[in-house]
Amino acid sequence: MIEFETVSKTYPGHAAAVSDFSLVVPSHRTVVLVGSSGSGKSTLLRTVNRMVEPTSGRVLIDGEDVRERDPVALRRSIGYVLQHGGLLPHRSILDNIATVPVLNGTPKRQARTAASELLERVGLDPRLGRRYPGQLSGGQQQRVGVARALAADPNILLMDEPFGAVDPIMRRELQEELLRLQADLHKTIVFVTHDVDEAFLLGDEVVVLREGGVIAQRGTPAEILGAPADDFVRDFVGADRAEREIHITTVDGRSIAVDGTGRPVGVLAP
Amino acid sequence: MNWLSLNWPQVVELARDHLLLSAPAILLSVLIAVPIGRLAQQRPRIGGTLLGAASLLYAIPALPLLIIIPAIFGIPLRSPATMIIALTVYGVALLVRTAADAFGSVDPRVREAAVAVGHSPRSVLWRIDLPLAVPVLLAGVRVVAVSTVSLVTIGALIGVPSLGTLLTDGFQRGIPAEVATGIIATMALALLFDALLIAAGRALTPWTATRHERPLPQEETT
Repeated sequence: MIEFETVSKTYPGHAAAVSDFSLVVPSHRTVVLVGSSGSGKSTLLRTVNRMVEPTSGRVLIDGEDVRERDPVALRRSIGYVLQHGGLLPHRSILDNIATVPVLNGTPKRQARTAASELLERVGLDPRLGRRYPGQLSGGQQQRVGVARALAADPNILLMDEPFGAVDPIMRRELQEELLRLQADLHKTIVFVTHDVDEAFLLGDEVVVLREGGVIAQRGTPAEILGAPADDFVRDFVGADRAEREIHITTVDGRSIAVDGTGRPVGVLAP
Repeated sequence: MNWLSLNWPQVVELARDHLLLSAPAILLSVLIAVPIGRLAQQRPRIGGTLLGAASLLYAIPALPLLIIIPAIFGIPLRSPATMIIALTVYGVALLVRTAADAFGSVDPRVREAAVAVGHSPRSVLWRIDLPLAVPVLLAGVRVVAVSTVSLVTIGALIGVPSLGTLLTDGFQRGIPAEVATGIIATMALALLFDALLIAAGRALTPWTATRHERPLPQEETT
């Protein structure tokens, strides 16, 4: 469980990046922070592994203030996936995945064997393990990033727009892969994105942020889409967008779902 | 060629002396310049002064330097140590700025990602910054190596034997073949160092050689 207690972060000479943010992320759940740039979502994520120190307020993991923890040990206990993979360009894929176990003192050979298994687990050919990150596609690099985050079997995964830089088809595959992994692993995931559809797909709970890390609304995707708290949320999640308005029409005795633009999007299950 | 065929044992011995003067100087230059460069890159405020002072060392004329060094270190003028220290001074002067640039060339996002997954400051230095600085650093070391091999010849003027001895001796006795041998042998030694450094660079940076290889055909879904 991760608790944000009235967390604020102000950078000198700027408006508050985050002010008085409080949230509880329950264990084994995926909570998605969604907002546009300037909403402070990445800043909030980075307070969890102390890459950012709050100006005021506290972040607790299982009741313990992260400031009590040694930052290096803390970071090794948390899986972190970055937008551009954040892989080390000079280390092979296997060594990248084995980074944290090796830093923690696991023998190299053993860590590499485990890394090879993880490579398969995230849907990559183990033969890629001997390559360098520069030789992989963007989507493959993101999968390696996920494998590295899982290598030390952390309870918590922090994901900072991990699929933002890959093409839409690849992004969809990566999202499905994450859902599949999470169904097996039950990690506590904090996921940051600016993509509402991604947030609704992945989040058990979604937190819509407005400028300065202020919570506009939080709830399950259905709650937010069904009852947007205000015009900002309605606009942000596109509740009024034509493709969100599904009507049912009957064609040849079958019920067809049609969106607001008249485009058929599916058939009603009998 | 006749001169060389009669005197090659002396040339080999001088080439060995030359090697034993330049190799330690190059090594010491790297060992001294890299930490200073790293400091200069991390602390830009003192870094500028540090880099300026280091560059200024290169402006010290060689002959006075060769006389000052024995006085400062209390070693004999005509010793290899005097030569090695002088060459190290010039090597450091040449290399410090490149060393700072080499650390500056490391992508800060890579460094930050490394910190975020749990590298300690020490492992960031040894596992991230140093290896990633190698390509730029090596370019600087190659310049230092060639420059050092060439500068060793000056030692002949104070009586420290090297291939430079062939130059001074050849001039004094009017033997053009001896002078030519000295020049060519010095250049060959410089090229040898350069080739070794290129090979070392390839061995140290395997990830740069394969960057443009085509990705393995890969099915993205499972």
